[in-house]
Amino acid sequence: MKGASRVSAIQADKLTLSYGKKPIFSDLDLRIPEGRITVFIGSNGCGKSTLLRSLARLLKPEQGTVLLGGSEIAKLSGKEIARRLAILPQGPLAPEGLTVHQLVKQGRYPYQSFLQQWSREDEAMVNKALQATGMDELAGRSIDSLSGGQRQRAWIAMTLAQNTSTILLDEPTTFLDMAHQIEILDLLFDLNERENRTVAMVLHDINLACRYAHHIVAVKAGAVYAEGAPEEIVDEKLIREVFGMECQVTRDPILGTPLVIPYGKGRKVTARE
Amino acid sequence: MSNWVTIRGRRLSFQVPRRTIAVLAALFLVNVIVMIACIGFGSTFISPLAVIRSLLGIGDSSNDMIIFTLRMPRVVIAVMVGSMLAVSGALLQGIVRNPLTSPDVIGISGGASLGTIVFILYFSHVSIRFMPISSIAGAFGAALLIYLFAYRGGITPLRLVLIGIGMATALTAVSYMLILTASFTPTAVAVKAFTFMTGSIYGVSWTKDVLTLLPWLVVLMPVALIYARHLNVQELGDEVAASVGSSVNAKRTMLLFVSVALAGAAVAIGGTINFIGLMAPHIARKLVGPAYGGVIPVSALIGSLVLLLSDLVARVAFIPLDIPAGVFTAAVGAPFFVYLLYRHRHS
Repeated sequence: MKGASRVSAIQADKLTLSYGKKPIFSDLDLRIPEGRITVFIGSNGCGKSTLLRSLARLLKPEQGTVLLGGSEIAKLSGKEIARRLAILPQGPLAPEGLTVHQLVKQGRYPYQSFLQQWSREDEAMVNKALQATGMDELAGRSIDSLSGGQRQRAWIAMTLAQNTSTILLDEPTTFLDMAHQIEILDLLFDLNERENRTVAMVLHDINLACRYAHHIVAVKAGAVYAEGAPEEIVDEKLIREVFGMECQVTRDPILGTPLVIPYGKGRKVTARE
Repeated sequence: MSNWVTIRGRRLSFQVPRRTIAVLAALFLVNVIVMIACIGFGSTFISPLAVIRSLLGIGDSSNDMIIFTLRMPRVVIAVMVGSMLAVSGALLQGIVRNPLTSPDVIGISGGASLGTIVFILYFSHVSIRFMPISSIAGAFGAALLIYLFAYRGGITPLRLVLIGIGMATALTAVSYMLILTASFTPTAVAVKAFTFMTGSIYGVSWTKDVLTLLPWLVVLMPVALIYARHLNVQELGDEVAASVGSSVNAKRTMLLFVSVALAGAAVAIGGTINFIGLMAPHIARKLVGPAYGGVIPVSALIGSLVLLLSDLVARVAFIPLDIPAGVFTAAVGAPFFVYLLYRHRHS
């Protein structure tokens, strides 16, 4: 496997996770390769979000350890983790009237203290994050007045201001129309290309996952069903096993990545001669 | 012109919106003017100029007597109680991420007033100096009960609010029941207890009230300001706050402690003055936006202003009657609460 040969940004060893009393994963081993884009796919409720949250210490594992760049995450302080790893939860909400600039500033929290609330570095990092996400023009606008795509970019800018080498995102494209989904994923792709940041996220759309991910982790019923490069692991069998759907896998005519076309019903149009 | 003022020294750095500075300065000025008006109005009218002369120590002695022993303590208490209730409400709204919350709505003030009522009814032979302690104990008692009922490996905002509203109703009921059923209660004591329940700062004095309240204000207000940035990240949700490295539950417990102590101490002196803790933070957010570094001091100045004006009307409008100020904060606050409910009807 390609991913395994690289250094791991995050490594989970023998992880057992439960949600309340319901066990979700047991004895799970997982590696998030450094400097790559990793995407978790799987059907609704398969536990991929839970897994992502536990990698970011938002959920304490019952058993097992998570290593962040080689050190055990449970032994690091909240701020130490926050300087190395940022996670954007699903559907975050900003208080009414908060401006983009005020939101992005909060990403500097792990570097601040009561007396140091706006250092030169804070200012530089916030400006850089605003520029990278194309939000500098909108910095003074309130979050509620933005479109869904702009809003999501503002939140991503906040995680960028944290200046971490690893960014985790839980379904960053949910509720966005297709153009905005592409816009967000292009942004993350660029961040990975240009700044070599490790990106790991949960995505619903398999085709977009295949297009952007270097490494795919397919989760099925509390276990990793398969992981690897999309072109190596995504095929009819995987889709059938993981999503319970019959399909044909072909190639994306633009980029050559795997393209999943479901069978199922629909109108049939014969091409005119 | 930039919208921000950046202050940078060797050990400190802050960024303050220009607007917040302007709003604070304006509110401070209005507070001073209203204070002078409050000192001037009453059964004997004293002109603003004469008030200023007395404050500077060059007024005439008959005015000095009225100003320094009768009206000043009341004005100072209005400023202190109003600002403490407002900041308590601002913190609480941030902690539970619910704009419909305040210490009086979720039962913390109810606990404080129950503590005070118990003192008035059963311990009136003990020195009055212990009354605030009884009241603060009541506030913490109520907060602890709400916390115990609401805590399930963390506190969800909705649960806290629902349990708090039940608690507020129950505690008020217990207070009234105590007043009404204590058959031995002399009428005078019962009237005192009822007045307290409405919230009145009638007949307060320097030594008895101002000095009792001052240490709480001096300690708690700075802590509230220091914790503003923790509250800012908590407002983004627990997961985001944890993601940027905040120890959410520890910070929240401390913030809750400060909010409860502020409300408890304020109720001990001012009685259950309702709705200031609810209204002031809303007005503050309208003026300076949701960042707590601005919301906390602006709320304090608005809370002080609302109580000064309410008490002025209560004192002057029905001379010689002196109506509890709480009647007027409720007269403004209750419709405001209804308006808030209407505005948030879809969320």
